[in-house]
Amino acid sequence: MLRLVVRRLLQLIPTLLGLSVLLFLWLDRLPGGPASAILGEKATEAEVARINRALGLDQPVYVQYWRFLKRIAELDLGTSTQTGQPVWDEFVLRFPATVELSLLAILIAVAVGVPLGYFAARNRGGWLDVTAVSGSLVGICIPVFFLALILKGIFAVQLGIFPSYGRQDTGINATDVTGFAVLDGILTGEFDASWDAIMHLILPAVALASIPLAVIVRMTRASVLEVQDEDYVRTAEAKGLKRSVVRSRHVLRNAMLPVVTAVGLLTGSLLSGAVLTESVFSFGGIGSFIRTAIDGRDYPVLVGFIMFIAMVYVLINLLVDLAYSLIDPRVRVH
Amino acid sequence: MSLLTVDELTVTFGGRGRKASRAVDGVSFEVDQGQVVGLVGESGCGKSVTSLALMGLLPAKGLTIGGRAEFDGTDLFTMSPSARRDLRGSEMAMIFQDPLSSLNPVVPIGVQVTEILERHRGMKGEAARKEAAHLLDRVGIPDPTRRLKEYPHQLSGGMRQRALIAMAVACAPRLLIADEPTTALDVTIQAQILELLKELVDQEGTALLMITHDLGVVAGLCDQVNVLYAGKVVESAGRRELFAHPTHPYAHGLLGSIPRLDAPRGEPLNPIRGSINDRIAWADGCAFAPRCDRYEMGCLSGTPQLGEPRAAGHQVRCVNPVLDDAKAEEVPA
Amino acid sequence: MSVATKTDKIQRLAELTATKETSTGASLWREAFRRLKSSKMAIIGAVIIAVFVVIAIVGPYLTPYAPTAQTWRGEVFPNQGKFVGPRGENWFGLDHLGRDMFSRMLVGARQTLLVGVVSTLIGLVAGFLIGGLSGAAATLGGEAGKRVDSVIMRFIDMMLALPSLLLAVSVAAVMGQSLTTVMIAVGVVQVPVFARLLRGSMLAQGGADYVLAAQSLGVRKRRIVTSQIIPNSLSPVIVQATLSLATAIIEAAALSYLGLGNPDPAIPEWGVMLAQAQRFFDNAPMMAVYPAVGIIITALGFTLLGEAMREALDPKLRG
Repeated sequence: MLRLVVRRLLQLIPTLLGLSVLLFLWLDRLPGGPASAILGEKATEAEVARINRALGLDQPVYVQYWRFLKRIAELDLGTSTQTGQPVWDEFVLRFPATVELSLLAILIAVAVGVPLGYFAARNRGGWLDVTAVSGSLVGICIPVFFLALILKGIFAVQLGIFPSYGRQDTGINATDVTGFAVLDGILTGEFDASWDAIMHLILPAVALASIPLAVIVRMTRASVLEVQDEDYVRTAEAKGLKRSVVRSRHVLRNAMLPVVTAVGLLTGSLLSGAVLTESVFSFGGIGSFIRTAIDGRDYPVLVGFIMFIAMVYVLINLLVDLAYSLIDPRVRVH
Repeated sequence: MSLLTVDELTVTFGGRGRKASRAVDGVSFEVDQGQVVGLVGESGCGKSVTSLALMGLLPAKGLTIGGRAEFDGTDLFTMSPSARRDLRGSEMAMIFQDPLSSLNPVVPIGVQVTEILERHRGMKGEAARKEAAHLLDRVGIPDPTRRLKEYPHQLSGGMRQRALIAMAVACAPRLLIADEPTTALDVTIQAQILELLKELVDQEGTALLMITHDLGVVAGLCDQVNVLYAGKVVESAGRRELFAHPTHPYAHGLLGSIPRLDAPRGEPLNPIRGSINDRIAWADGCAFAPRCDRYEMGCLSGTPQLGEPRAAGHQVRCVNPVLDDAKAEEVPA
Repeated sequence: MSVATKTDKIQRLAELTATKETSTGASLWREAFRRLKSSKMAIIGAVIIAVFVVIAIVGPYLTPYAPTAQTWRGEVFPNQGKFVGPRGENWFGLDHLGRDMFSRMLVGARQTLLVGVVSTLIGLVAGFLIGGLSGAAATLGGEAGKRVDSVIMRFIDMMLALPSLLLAVSVAAVMGQSLTTVMIAVGVVQVPVFARLLRGSMLAQGGADYVLAAQSLGVRKRRIVTSQIIPNSLSPVIVQATLSLATAIIEAAALSYLGLGNPDPAIPEWGVMLAQAQRFFDNAPMMAVYPAVGIIITALGFTLLGEAMREALDPKLRG
């Protein structure tokens, strides 16, 4: 197990190196070069010259790259041109909000998607199956930000059931402990703050869950259909086992394997979706921050975010691989 | 009375909009207590479908089962699904062809054995594990307590088949159905598995329905042999009688197609020409006619009936049977 | 036995055997097409796509007003939240600048199709080259080939690790804001998908017995790849291309939402229209709904056809 972790962490190094080369070249290709990337597009020539010197742009390329790499290794992702704060600090500040949102979205997608896909497969061709399949096909085709707008328009603006923006009502003075609003409320005993945070989370999480949900429903359904016909399910039936045992131990357990992998691969699309949904709901997580960074051409933030995301993605897939090896003995590392 | 009586069993796939195809077309045979009965034929003749129909393992949708199958006096096809479930694994059990795909890859061998003990013998926990280890030991798996914790991919092919056999005999069933249990194994392992089956049958008095295309398996194991062609029994006889006097041209051809070590050098092999796809519907005549050397016009006037042209109890479905013993085989020991 | 009866016998046998079903001769593709024709999903998808393509081709010539004409300027005051809804002379109403929504939808269809097709082609061609190279190296290149393959795949994994939007944003940042940027950005996102798919499919084919047979017959490696492995690996790629048309249209809309879409008001595109409309969503939701529904239905058409093709081509999913 430990060896798998170490090996995967080592694999992260070439990925990040490759990414850093790409990003370095990208920064170099930006209109105006890295100086304007750091200073913004309205920099004066004197400022550009100063930055170029400071960045060592008069030096050979490999020296420049080496410096760039060193900075990243020290988690020095530069300074945001919008806020003037170090990019890394901005991320750390906002990351918990996005984690909360993404976790809830994945939770919704799995909790609804797996049973739905399973029962759809069991009643193949029935009304539930037709509804689930066509629903998930339509779900994939709805642009996430449009769904978010509609949800907000109906449930927040028209019906007023949920708040329409932010993470917490301004009237609530929540104590900040971990940065995770729901968790903080529980830790400090301010349950009204937790509740308020949950209400703020629901609409964006539902919008964000739409695509993972559609994927998980279809994946589970296809997987169950395939496993149902496996020889070992027939063996289990031949043993006269109770239906519930056949279904849970022999069908579902095997059918979950590809779904677990899919959850890991969905992380990427989840983060894209977070940028869109967070900005619709002005959620205040990394997504909203990136949205404003895109608007303001805040390149240090974008570069930092790409490196940051790559790390998160690899780590999440590492976790998924570990979970996978727990349920599939064939890939277990001894 | 026989333990299992199969009477005019038919299995039809499709229908309702799609073209129906009849995989089993009126198969009748019997299995007595403690008897080993062979169901022989090439792939596609309906032998596996027959066994799955008897076990109740065919999918519920998209096919119709006709005829009767009585197990110990009760009709299998009219009994309730839950009664059938109680019967499966305890009274009648089955061993499958491909041991790797027939075992659940993500569940330890031990659980796959104990779950059947829990279900039918009410055993739990340590007692079930002990019995499971005993079963594995009995089918010749060395170091059974360790094997219980292992997964199918960690076992060799022969071991996997032994494990499957252990599961099948866990509740001392009265009927064991083995569907080509040795096809996926190495030749040396095949012999061991057959030996094991023979031993279990002899010791327990279990009846065994052996589904196979391998005449060697038949010669070594079966008391009674039914030869299937295109969903119908074409010849049924005791083992000695069948090997001595194969009378249906198909059975005759099957036995004749086995290469012989004592044949003179240079003598050509005698395959049956064509494949099972070159067939005509039984309603029009003998399905084997397109491949048959002895085919004549009479073969095409309706389904040939079973008769006993040679000896009592030796049934043959043919209008022009092989009655001259020119190429009869030696009787195996 | 006389000659006549022998002919009779053969004749009669031929008659009887001829009645059996002969499905073995049909090729995979013909079989797939037959199944496709009987699939409700495929038919609905194909009809949607056909309608969309017709609108995209002839739509711009049927517009009642020029898409940029602000003839109703006096009726629309965005700051006061007053909008003109559907009425006789403007079927879909007016947008925030007093332009006819119906005309803009018609013209926008062509742009939307263009974005979808061009970006998918970009992704397909680049992904095909990368994936094909990787697959060929892995299947027949020996040890060195395996190393080449693993380097390429690392690179592809890296691209997959990036959220597609950010990848697109990065491209847009370098190239500035235009329709071409959107197409390239969305296309780049598809590259790793196609590359992985083709490589995976080729790897599966590379292990097949017929490849081994061709190798043992001494067929040259390049020939095996081009005439055997690639043709047999194509079907999932074609399915994916159909599905990608849907993704591309949606992805382009997302880019527009982030303000990276085509800024030119003369060539409206559904994604841009939707992005602009969201600012007025609370007062004039229909302004967003028209382009959104256009995008959803079109994407659904491609998705339905793609999924139906996948099912038709996959023998395992036959029901």
